[in-house]
Amino acid sequence: MSKNGKFIQTKRTFLKTGLASVALSAPFVNRAWAETTELTMLGWYGTAEPDMVGAFEEANNVKFVPKYYAGGDNMLAALAQNPPGTFDIIHTDAEYAKILVANDLVMQLDPNDYPMDDLLHDDFKSFSGHWDSNGNLYSLISRFGHLGVSYNKDVLSAEEASTYDIFWDERLTGKVGHFDWHLPSLGQMSLLVGNESPFDIDDAGWQAVQEKTLSLKPQVGGYFDFGGTFSGLKNAEMLAMVGIGDWVTGILERDGAPVSSVVPKEGGIQWTESYSIAKTSEKTDLALKYLAYTMSPEGQVKTAQMLGYPGHAVTKAGRAMLNEVDPAEAQRSHQVDGDAQDPITLINEGRISYRDIPVQQSLEDWNDFWSEYKNA
Amino acid sequence: MKRRLNTYALTFRLPIIAWQTLFFVGPLVFVIAMSFFVVRNFQMVETFEFTSWEKMVTRDYVWSSYRYTILMAALAAGLASLLAFPAAWYLAFRCQPRTRQFAILLLIIPFFTSYLVRTFSWYTILAESGVLNGAFGLIGLGPYTLLNTPVGTLVGYLTLILPLVLILQTVTMANIDDRLIQAARNLGCSPARVIRTVILPAGKTGFVIAALFAFILSFGDFVAPFYLGGSNPPTLPILIIDTTKAGQQWPRAAVVAVMMMLTLFTIAFTAIMYAYRKRASR
Repeated sequence: MSKNGKFIQTKRTFLKTGLASVALSAPFVNRAWAETTELTMLGWYGTAEPDMVGAFEEANNVKFVPKYYAGGDNMLAALAQNPPGTFDIIHTDAEYAKILVANDLVMQLDPNDYPMDDLLHDDFKSFSGHWDSNGNLYSLISRFGHLGVSYNKDVLSAEEASTYDIFWDERLTGKVGHFDWHLPSLGQMSLLVGNESPFDIDDAGWQAVQEKTLSLKPQVGGYFDFGGTFSGLKNAEMLAMVGIGDWVTGILERDGAPVSSVVPKEGGIQWTESYSIAKTSEKTDLALKYLAYTMSPEGQVKTAQMLGYPGHAVTKAGRAMLNEVDPAEAQRSHQVDGDAQDPITLINEGRISYRDIPVQQSLEDWNDFWSEYKNA
Repeated sequence: MKRRLNTYALTFRLPIIAWQTLFFVGPLVFVIAMSFFVVRNFQMVETFEFTSWEKMVTRDYVWSSYRYTILMAALAAGLASLLAFPAAWYLAFRCQPRTRQFAILLLIIPFFTSYLVRTFSWYTILAESGVLNGAFGLIGLGPYTLLNTPVGTLVGYLTLILPLVLILQTVTMANIDDRLIQAARNLGCSPARVIRTVILPAGKTGFVIAALFAFILSFGDFVAPFYLGGSNPPTLPILIIDTTKAGQQWPRAAVVAVMMMLTLFTIAFTAIMYAYRKRASR
């Protein structure tokens, strides 16, 4: 109370102020009272950002601590270089999940905890690498996407981009970029030379892949990481990219850039992401809860809309909810029944190969060739 | 006579000795040791095998990267030395001391900003739709592809080294006795001959050290060849990153690192010997 310009504290005003302060700070007191738990996630960029984990964090008083990587080898490196117990949740590509399982690095999951019957495709129910030979689940499929030809729409039409041969087009000389990772690029070259299983190829098939790839070198403008790939396409320094798909162009498209991706006639490659829980994690209950959340319709919508890079929902309920709450994104990413580029239709038509690590060669062979190609 | 241990002097010497041992000699020994380790099942195994050395030194692409890295670093050091020289000469001999101080302050300011940020800023300048090609377009030239080329890499290297070379050259020339130059001019030397017979010999140590720093920084730089050169072709620092990304081959990356260090030791030793070599008396 103010009297003659002075502030006088009476018993009544003191009580009033005190009660008001308590009422106003109650939500914060409540939150601070229950100590926030940290969940450390090793994942691709964006997987532990607020758009993905914010709602879960708020509901469960959790704080995600991300450690991001690009490429499965980097993920393995991060695991090897940090002491056991550093990571709780591991977000990884399916082909690397099998290495985690083989090396006994992740804990077994109970398939009954997840809506396996609601998965959009039968292949997803027993996805290679997520289960061990005894039929035990270790890694939970969460999202996927397709890699094909990514191109600048001002220069190429969707029809022209519907073959990997377009990378050799003279309009693209010096303007073809590579995402700097051997698996997707060489997988696409493998499809182009006619290998039905692009990663399971014999010596002759591997030789053909190398020769075809080397013939592309004069067209190549550069090899890029995450950021370089985005800026190369955005500022039209690169007019076509090998080894990527909608997970890059989708973000740029959302911003209005004239770029797109198409699965060409030779077929596309599917990246498939999953979540595992590190065997050394001490917060398995919370981690399990998050895995269940990612499979809920709400969690699936978030993975499809992820700001870091978009992906496709793996459950029917997730896809239905996406069509309901964000029809524009559902249509842009072809996650609509009846769409010719519907990712599930493409799988059913046999136009998609699941990305894998080389079966008949070692990863080292492929990587060695990749270094040689970059220096050619 | 036996020399007594000077504890006073040792107090000042010990920190640098300890620092160098801990953070230079220690890691160096570890990197050398690591080059003899092997990787099995994505795990590094401590052993003593020549597997990684054999693997790396027999690969053509390693030597191709090696030659390219040396060439680009040498080109950057040479270009920086040439480009800096006229400006350093002006700052040292022609302008007022206050102007020189102000210029040196301006040359230091770029270092306040992250090198990565400065490198990324070149995107808007070098892109085909960027400032430079826009200017070329006004006079009917271009557009030229500058990003993701060796030119882009060189621009990045110069961003890193040019201010440093300019500062070192300016300080070097500012310390040359002005009377020597006046004497040469009075005796009829042309400006070019003054540079050749007075300035270059008198400032040899400073010029060589400046060029050496430029070479070392460019040789080990990852940012410019990756972001402005598009890794096309890759330099040795990019090869190190590629090698570690691929199956955690840290021992092979260590081999490349040791190759780089041996190269730098050889070049630095030769350059310093040359810089401090006294002319034979006539």
